[in-house]
Amino acid sequence: MRVEEISTWVEDARKAFASATDLDSLKAARLAHAGDKSPIALASRALGSLSPEDKASFGKVIGEAKAAIAQSLADATAVLEAERDRKVLLEEVVDITLPVNRSHRGGLHPISIIKNEVSDFFIEQGFAVEEGPELESGWLNFDALNIPADHPARTMQDTFFIEPVESGMVLRTHTSPVQIRTMLTQQPPIYVVCPGRTFRADELDATHSPVFHQVEGLVIDKGITMAHLKGTLDNFARHMFGPDVTTRLRPSFFPFTEPSAEVDIFFNNRWIEWGGCGMVNPKVLATCGIDTDVYSGFAFGMGLERTLMVRHGITDMHDIVEGDLRFTRQFGVGL
Amino acid sequence: MRAPLSWIKEFVDIPASVTAEQISDGLIRVGFEVEEIIKQGADLTGPLKFAKVLSIEEITEFKKPIRYVGLDCGEGETRYVICGATNFAVGDLVVAALPGAVLPGDFKIGARETYGKTSNGMICSARELGISDDHAGIMVFAEGEVTIGADAIEALQINDVIFDVAVNPDRGYALSIRGIAREVAGSLDLKFTDPVDALRTLKFEETGKGVPAKIADKSTASVFYLRTLSNFDPKATTPIWMRRRIEKMGMRSISLVVDVTNYVMLELGQPLHAFDKSKIKGGLTIKRAGSVQKFKTLDGVERTLDPDDLMVCDDEQPLALAGTMGGLSSEITETTTDIALEAVRFDPTCVAKNSRRHKLSSEASRRLERSVDPSLAEFASARFVQLLTAHSSAQHVATVVDGAPIFAPTVTIDPAYISKILGFEVPAAKVAEVLRVIGCDVDEKSFTIDPPSWRSDLLTPADFTEEVARMIGYDKIPSVLPPRPLHATLTPTQKRRRAVATMLASRGLAEVQTFPFTNQATIDSMGFVGERASTYKVANPMSEEFPLMRVHLVPGLIEVAQRNISRGAKDFAIFEMGSIFRSSQKLVPAVSPDLSKRPDQKIIDEIFASVPTQGYHVAGLLVGKTENENWQGKARAYNWQDAIAFAQDILQLCNLEWSVARSDLAPWHPGRCAELIVNGKAVAHAGELHPRIVAAYGLPERSVAFAVALNALPESSLVRPTTVGTMPAAVQDVALIVDSTVSAADLQAALREGAGELLESITLFDRYDKIGDGKISLAFTLVFRASDRTLTGEEVSAMREAATAQAAAKFGAVVRTA
Repeated sequence: MRVEEISTWVEDARKAFASATDLDSLKAARLAHAGDKSPIALASRALGSLSPEDKASFGKVIGEAKAAIAQSLADATAVLEAERDRKVLLEEVVDITLPVNRSHRGGLHPISIIKNEVSDFFIEQGFAVEEGPELESGWLNFDALNIPADHPARTMQDTFFIEPVESGMVLRTHTSPVQIRTMLTQQPPIYVVCPGRTFRADELDATHSPVFHQVEGLVIDKGITMAHLKGTLDNFARHMFGPDVTTRLRPSFFPFTEPSAEVDIFFNNRWIEWGGCGMVNPKVLATCGIDTDVYSGFAFGMGLERTLMVRHGITDMHDIVEGDLRFTRQFGVGL
Repeated sequence: MRAPLSWIKEFVDIPASVTAEQISDGLIRVGFEVEEIIKQGADLTGPLKFAKVLSIEEITEFKKPIRYVGLDCGEGETRYVICGATNFAVGDLVVAALPGAVLPGDFKIGARETYGKTSNGMICSARELGISDDHAGIMVFAEGEVTIGADAIEALQINDVIFDVAVNPDRGYALSIRGIAREVAGSLDLKFTDPVDALRTLKFEETGKGVPAKIADKSTASVFYLRTLSNFDPKATTPIWMRRRIEKMGMRSISLVVDVTNYVMLELGQPLHAFDKSKIKGGLTIKRAGSVQKFKTLDGVERTLDPDDLMVCDDEQPLALAGTMGGLSSEITETTTDIALEAVRFDPTCVAKNSRRHKLSSEASRRLERSVDPSLAEFASARFVQLLTAHSSAQHVATVVDGAPIFAPTVTIDPAYISKILGFEVPAAKVAEVLRVIGCDVDEKSFTIDPPSWRSDLLTPADFTEEVARMIGYDKIPSVLPPRPLHATLTPTQKRRRAVATMLASRGLAEVQTFPFTNQATIDSMGFVGERASTYKVANPMSEEFPLMRVHLVPGLIEVAQRNISRGAKDFAIFEMGSIFRSSQKLVPAVSPDLSKRPDQKIIDEIFASVPTQGYHVAGLLVGKTENENWQGKARAYNWQDAIAFAQDILQLCNLEWSVARSDLAPWHPGRCAELIVNGKAVAHAGELHPRIVAAYGLPERSVAFAVALNALPESSLVRPTTVGTMPAAVQDVALIVDSTVSAADLQAALREGAGELLESITLFDRYDKIGDGKISLAFTLVFRASDRTLTGEEVSAMREAATAQAAAKFGAVVRTA
């Protein structure tokens, strides 16, 4: 046994391992150069028969050679395993652009989305959201709002009446009865919005529907002025139509407000009628038992369908009421 | 309400530099929406001449009548034109467009060959000139009315700007040129001359006895002017200028007498009615119809009167439906020579009721029901006499008056109130100045205001606030946010509705909103019975097809599903959230407490209680496959489990505990419907739709649905969590053989009951129904855990056996061993 011979084994093993092209040929090389019958193993086993001096010197050399061979093997294994893994993963490549989601696409109705949006905006402004029944008492829907019995709005053309007609029950023509309910059951200060479904006997066409939605706002507090109304509407309009929108108040008439106004928005380069508003008529406040010497208030109301149509450029009401999934799904859940 | 600029200018000094757009903006600023600015004549250029028809050659070889007409256009020689109209004769005067003229629609007139002749111009209809929608053929004038060869554009006052103004119901005074002109002047700060001023001093000679006039009940009319005229020559015609103004207002010229009544109404706002005096027996009285049954209005319609209808009657019978429409028997005819002219300030409500009861809205009723200036009965009737006597041989005989005008009371206000409401400072002097512009007398010391006769709507400080605001301009109102509460939040109910909708939407259901109307056939086809089928009826539905309020959400969902299927959709899931209207209480006659003071609490409670409770539900309909089929393979169809799972997920989302029971409820399959029970109350149903309904509505087989009564769900209670144990769990499986009629839910409940406190969870992991003999096997995994120790094998076995013993005792369950 010669020391030179041992270093040759180390070099042979390194070369053999390095020349292995895959893990199988590496296994054969490992058996030949590091296996039980390899020269280094045989030499290691032969150590026992050597003299104590030789045992010490050869033992050290063989130990170092074994470590070197093991290192070479580990290096070669790492390289070849990496190679194998690379190949396997490459083979496992899939087309991740394949359509994978089979579930139906759901969504909220755009009116729900806009109702939520309006409610959230006003909640952030400190307004509560009030609701009320759709089949409503005529006194709350009309009389208490200073709409007298012979007002045109109360004729058969505009209002859906419920049988027996003497009951005075109607399908509410606006969400204003919710304002009356609020004023009859709560003490000022009152800051509320009332979104909801409303009814008027209009034929369904591109811009009208007998069933539609409104949102109304009502504020009753000490020192409330028309300037507060304007400020609230400006803020609301910017929220709904973007920071560049401007509003305009135009004198108008509603029995339940005095002064009354129409609110227009300047949007997409034209003036568009958005809703009605005004200072709550003191007669209405008095009917609800609110002291008009102490409190004043404003109210406003907009159609949600109209707001939606203007903002999203929807031209046909039918799309909103028909429930065609292809329309509704475009809106997602409003996020 | 239309208003021609040429007419407005008669009462307002408008400088030539003021544009139509500025006038329109001015009207909008003070509350009069201008719906359209019609620039009449803007797209018309001459030459347009009056011509006399000299000859007519009928050309007959064409399908329609064609005339070859010789015209004297004042040019010295005869001009020949082709004309397709036939409503004129030789000697008539017509309007001819000569070559070079351009008619509206860029219609260029030139000499052209047509029908084998050379047509050297065109005879025009009012429609072709863009001055009327009248289809009655070409315009014809009598000899003397117009001058041959004169410029017709000038003579017919074609070049004009007409404002189409929307007048709010509280501003009846503006249904007149007088009213609109005053607003234009006020808005643009121009000088206004009230046409009534010139009429105040007008006096007519009394030459005979007038027709007597009487108001039976002064609450129905305050003042009645009845002016009698005689010697009218029925051949008299309306002067062109008057006819043209009436046409510009969108009305038609009828006869001189009728035209003058209309002209005065348009000018001043007071409706007038002219009777043929020879048809009046005795005098005229304004009174209720009473027992009189039938009355024929001048539109030829025989109307059945209501005893409450207000009529103008002679001594024998009604002659007019007061303020609404005259009667056929006393109308002005081609032979009328003596006239009784009525001008009354009727009570607006009486006229409104007349008009509504007979579904008859006339120019007169529209004005009278919005309240007419009470002083106008006198002045408008005087204006009629002035105009008719000036343009005909008619003479005033006598004027009889009953009653007297009643004017709005004076009002004392605190001018500071106006600033307080508007949110910016308006000095008292400015308030007074503005109120004077609109016609009020203002005593600035006491701030007592005497509103003008035409403003019966100005009664309260709020009314004056609006007047001041609109005359100063709403654009002067600053934009200030109100002081607001610091906090608000959605109610738990509102949050829950939103969460449920968002959950369903994100789980693949699309929300729909349907009209809440239905009909009896639909209710019956669903199989609803009893109180689930009874509902409220709309007295005047949009369509007799859907007169009832819905009792359930599923029928609406089925309709939407059908629509989507007809448009090509196959597999989808939809839901709706909304009110249903089951007839929960009998509707009682309405209570209508007085206004302007809070009703007694008892009355308020009564009103609230009179409104029936309206359930708020969410329902879903699932049709076809649960997923879209694609390259990944087939998808399974929705089944009853999916519907029940959605209903349970809703309860789960609301953090409620429920039990499941089998149910047989419409519109579901009697053997495949689950009822979910919370606190002992059924709050939801779900399962497969009844096969009969599925077939009747053409839905895919085995479509499924769920419905949850959201309003019936209790509020979620505060969560008090149990400590999470860290001791190991012991898992035990048991398989039980039971009769197939035993429900899994009941068996599971029995196991849970028997297993005791330490049972942490129980899951059905297998169901085998091929045993035969009416038996099934249900296999459950029971997980036991103690919080303080590791359970021993003996303990766990004992608990498992206690569980199965309970199942055996309750349902004869036998533990399956092999």
